[in-house]
Amino acid sequence: MSTRQAGLACRNLRVEYERFVAVDDVSFDLAPGESFGIVGESGSGKSTVLRAICGLAPLAAGSVQLTGAESALTAPAPGGKAFRRQVQMVFQDPYASLHPRQTVDRLLAEPLAIHGIADAQARIERALDEVGLGTGFRFRYPHQLSGGQRQRIAIARALILEPQVLLLDEPTSALDASVQAEVLNLLEALRARRGLSFLMVSHDLAVVTHLCQRLMVMQRGRAVEFVAADELAAQRVVADYTKSLMRASAGFSRTSAAHGARSSRPLPPS
Amino acid sequence: MNPMLEVENLRVAYPAREGGFNEVVRGVSFTLGRERLGIVGESGSGKSQTGRAILGLTAAGGRVTADLLRFSGRDLLSMAPRERRSLRGGRIAMILQDPKFSLNPVMPIGEQIVETLRAHHAVTQRIAHAQAIDALAAVQIDDPERVFKLHAHEVSGGMGQRAMIAMMLIAQPELLIADEPTSALDVTVQLQVLAILDKLVAGRGMGLIFISHDLRLVSSFCDRVLVMYAGRVVEEIAAVELHNAQHPYTQGLLNCLPQLGAARHPLPTLDRRPEWAL
Repeated sequence: MSTRQAGLACRNLRVEYERFVAVDDVSFDLAPGESFGIVGESGSGKSTVLRAICGLAPLAAGSVQLTGAESALTAPAPGGKAFRRQVQMVFQDPYASLHPRQTVDRLLAEPLAIHGIADAQARIERALDEVGLGTGFRFRYPHQLSGGQRQRIAIARALILEPQVLLLDEPTSALDASVQAEVLNLLEALRARRGLSFLMVSHDLAVVTHLCQRLMVMQRGRAVEFVAADELAAQRVVADYTKSLMRASAGFSRTSAAHGARSSRPLPPS
Repeated sequence: MNPMLEVENLRVAYPAREGGFNEVVRGVSFTLGRERLGIVGESGSGKSQTGRAILGLTAAGGRVTADLLRFSGRDLLSMAPRERRSLRGGRIAMILQDPKFSLNPVMPIGEQIVETLRAHHAVTQRIAHAQAIDALAAVQIDDPERVFKLHAHEVSGGMGQRAMIAMMLIAQPELLIADEPTSALDVTVQLQVLAILDKLVAGRGMGLIFISHDLRLVSSFCDRVLVMYAGRVVEEIAAVELHNAQHPYTQGLLNCLPQLGAARHPLPTLDRRPEWAL
């Protein structure tokens, strides 16, 4: 296990697209070694928070700080190469996030080349082993892999730089239930082995509480509730929106559905 | 009385690169009355291909055979393409997964609904317009006059899916095939859409085939569930009896989902047996 676990401190994050505020004054801490979840429906800004952290969305205000053993002064600044070496992201759709004309070998060599890491050969083999694929997959193209195998490659690509923080954007929502279980188990095992910190976004409460100890509920760009996973499991939640998410995840029922349909607000056009 | 839909030994095959055919649906049989039937399986299990074959939407090059494929007493496979076309969207309708891709992007939503109605019923433009507005209101769209004029990219996923339901129901079909109708939607919106669908199906006495990968959702919504694996139905079960499922594949699918309040680390995974695919 690594001795240099890292976390994140996010303060007053704000992301705007022209006049639309996608993320509005969101603050939270990811403790070193912790796994923290963000839930909410589409458009709530949960993915944008992850994208803002790794520099894929512009921050209009607020700060992101890598925390952990290093002092605040020496911690790498967001957006820089050193920060990215510590913080890597796994995207939602493994069909879209892997270059279709690059072999697995080339996909995994890219981050190593960018960061000038020498022993690519050995690292690629080790990364493939670690995600349970083996070197037989090394010279295949993404289209020759199943969805679950692709997501394992995406995880291997994120882990090959040996980061301390992994940003997971709906890592299993494009996968079948049985494959989802395999990928969740893999993520858990990797976290235990390497002492990683996870920041995971999902719309599925059961998946988030399986992997995370604490979570933040977002609605319309704001954080509406912070709750521990076991409190959520015991139904001790405060915000109305969290309650409706919990009802929804319990499945369809004729009585609550009639109620839900009546009380629902009209949806704003997206 | 005959059931509305009779399917016996349905097979769908596509040409393989090495020559010959790959069967993706391998002998599916079931009958459907005025009830809600769920078809569940993972990607590649043949569930969508089954639905498309019933509608006659199998992709070009595909080969559909069946001992029996009958809709209200009429053989679908020997029917002239013209007749089949008049059934499609009229007496049999299909709701597709993602409104972003299945609505026409360059035509206002309301016009698409009007087009569907006028393709199957001889009504004037005025009456069609009024009925389209009613249909949008029936799926709980608040300002139907406004939404009528909007394009697909101007509405949210949930509203797009409601518009598609309105479009599919306007010709008053007897059989509705819904292929993952709520998978592209948020959980809270999912339930609203299902509630609308439920009310309409119950109110009109339609037959419904609900295709989904989500075993729990389907079992909470349907009366009866077919579980498909590798192109075959491995188990048929009443939805309320789901927890008593016999087939190890069904049990495995139920078991591998994370559950709120039940810490299971690691999650049980599915141990796929080669004999399931025989």
